[in-house]
Amino acid sequence: MVNFGGARMIEIGAEIPQRVFYIDRTMLKAYADASGDQNPIHQNEEFAVSVGLPNVIAHGMLTMALVGKYVTDWSGGSATVHELSARFIKPVIVPMGEKTDLTITGTVAAIEGDRIKLDLVATSAGIKVLGMAKAVVTK
Amino acid sequence: MINPDSVGRTFAGADLVTVTQSEIDAFAAVIGESNTSVAPPTFSIRISLSQYESILTQPEIGVDWTRLVHGDQKFEIFRPIVAGDTFKCSATIETLRAVAGNEIISVRSDLHCRGELVVSSWSTLVVRG
Repeated sequence: MVNFGGARMIEIGAEIPQRVFYIDRTMLKAYADASGDQNPIHQNEEFAVSVGLPNVIAHGMLTMALVGKYVTDWSGGSATVHELSARFIKPVIVPMGEKTDLTITGTVAAIEGDRIKLDLVATSAGIKVLGMAKAVVTK
Repeated sequence: MINPDSVGRTFAGADLVTVTQSEIDAFAAVIGESNTSVAPPTFSIRISLSQYESILTQPEIGVDWTRLVHGDQKFEIFRPIVAGDTFKCSATIETLRAVAGNEIISVRSDLHCRGELVVSSWSTLVVRG
């Protein structure tokens, strides 16, 4: 257990409240423009299907950006993240006209000095989409 | 098939890349972040991915960008990115291996601002066979 100035106690094993983000085609277009990743598998259903995907899929880096938002809302803003990592193990499928969930939970895995290590879990439609998702933050 | 001689090579970006407030604002807006005094933690992928594309699609290396999927990603952030940062970018092809008909490329990106290392990131990119 670490005492941050007496104001806040954080324990190993503490859980960050679950949060659900919703991803739709409008968000994919906005992320494509903001990130510069205009790969058509994230916007064009016909193209996505032609390369063997079930439908348009979200950018892996969009799911990771949302994990970053989840983490930083807990830790106190974008400046608090020192490390962030994840494997993209399953696609987040985004059908036309639908909102697909990205459900994120997190646990405090370790505390070293002022650095807090988090283990993160992200699912979509009940399927785990990120593997080995981790962050190191200060809070 | 990717040229195996490219493994271990570091490529310096041809140009300096300056981050604008509007780029940070647009990236933050997608994820619902209203504080844009610093960039969100994954913002640097905007810079690194375009570097990777320009390097890996050179004829001497030969990656077909349309067959690429992202396998994993790691960021080490030494300080947050802010508007006005001007980055010198370098990218290194660390490993290259063939697995089940796919080629798997591990690349590293280092972003320096006026001599200071700001973000290092590692990406595994899979070229589907």
